[in-house]
Amino acid sequence: MSNLFNIDIVNPEQSFLSKDNVFEVVIPAVEGEIGILKDHIPIISFLKPGIIRVFSESEEQKFYVEDGIVEFKDNTLSVLTSSIFDLKDADKNFVSESISRAEAELSKDNIDDQKRFLLNHKVEVLKSISIN
Amino acid sequence: MPSLDDLRKRITSVKSTQKITKAMKMVAAAKLRKAQENAEKGRPYSEKMNNVILNLSKSITDKENAPKLLVGTGEEKVHLCIVLTADRGLCGGFNTNIIKKAKSYFEKIISENKTLKIITVGSKGYDQLKRQYKSYIVENISFKESKNINYSDADKVGKIIIEKFEKNEFDVCAIFYNKFKNVITQIPQEQQIVPLNEDKDDKDDSGNENDYEFEPDEDEILSNLLPKNISTQIFKAMLENSASEQGSRMTAMDNATRNAGELVDRLTIEYNRSRQAAITKELIEIISGAESL
Repeated sequence: MSNLFNIDIVNPEQSFLSKDNVFEVVIPAVEGEIGILKDHIPIISFLKPGIIRVFSESEEQKFYVEDGIVEFKDNTLSVLTSSIFDLKDADKNFVSESISRAEAELSKDNIDDQKRFLLNHKVEVLKSISIN
Repeated sequence: MPSLDDLRKRITSVKSTQKITKAMKMVAAAKLRKAQENAEKGRPYSEKMNNVILNLSKSITDKENAPKLLVGTGEEKVHLCIVLTADRGLCGGFNTNIIKKAKSYFEKIISENKTLKIITVGSKGYDQLKRQYKSYIVENISFKESKNINYSDADKVGKIIIEKFEKNEFDVCAIFYNKFKNVITQIPQEQQIVPLNEDKDDKDDSGNENDYEFEPDEDEILSNLLPKNISTQIFKAMLENSASEQGSRMTAMDNATRNAGELVDRLTIEYNRSRQAAITKELIEIISGAESL
């Protein structure tokens, strides 16, 4: 029996990615990374900034996401996100711009701990992208 | 009776108007195709979002402590209405239909002695509403600069709504927009987004409500998801609206072109008649002049 399942990544403007031959997806869920294989139990969670890794038989794809919702049901993983891009065509300027924007946000006083944590995390992830 | 010269001038002017309306129709048709495509592309997102929320709200057992965006504040005193219209005119009854729908809703609110707040998105709506409801309009947003509908614009509107909700500035929020049915028909819609209306599709909960795993718990996901849903709904409305606007403009301009054609025909006949009349008159003058000699 095959161990493949479907993935749909959609953002508000269009369907971003749709594949039916992936065997593992690692998503940066808010409480830690989750690796999803076929026949995972139905799950709903949301994302923190990080890298989605999609493993299919032929290749591995990486996407940076900022936030979003994931739902896994009936062997279909749906990722709803408003900001996503493929690491392969990451725009250096865009990344460094996002970093400086996040850092500017961090320097404000009125943010709570959770937000601070998320922003710190975002900066980390973005920096790791720009190094690669 | 207008002179020949006047008629000729009128014919040329109608013809050039016809050229404009024809061009506008073509442009609208091209834009309509794109807008329709966009609306279709955006559909999976909002559908999935709806599904997830439906699943989540089913599994919420503790209705009392559920997020207020879902169940409401428990009161219905202050209504916030978001009226989405176009930034441009010349699109038939498009803007007027939304305004009409919104106005009847406003009248109902006012007659029930509730407080009304209006946010207009798009300058045409503001222009039409400011005369009568100026004191109720709390905000006027326009995206004239952005060429295409994009999500960040919708998100801006969504953030404003959330902010106002958190400050307890309203209890119920409804949006008004035109739903695109086909090129000729657009249906003005009123949709309540806060609290979320749950009355739809209660039939298909075929027993598998509680088999989801939630991480973190339902409440937290919901409170994260609901604000996003508002932006999504607004985005959806904006997409529908833009498709409707182009469709409506296309039909209106098509009609205008046809009317102009008819007018040109009529004027041409009139022009030819009076030209002939003038010739006949001159002939009679010459003949009777020759006879009298």
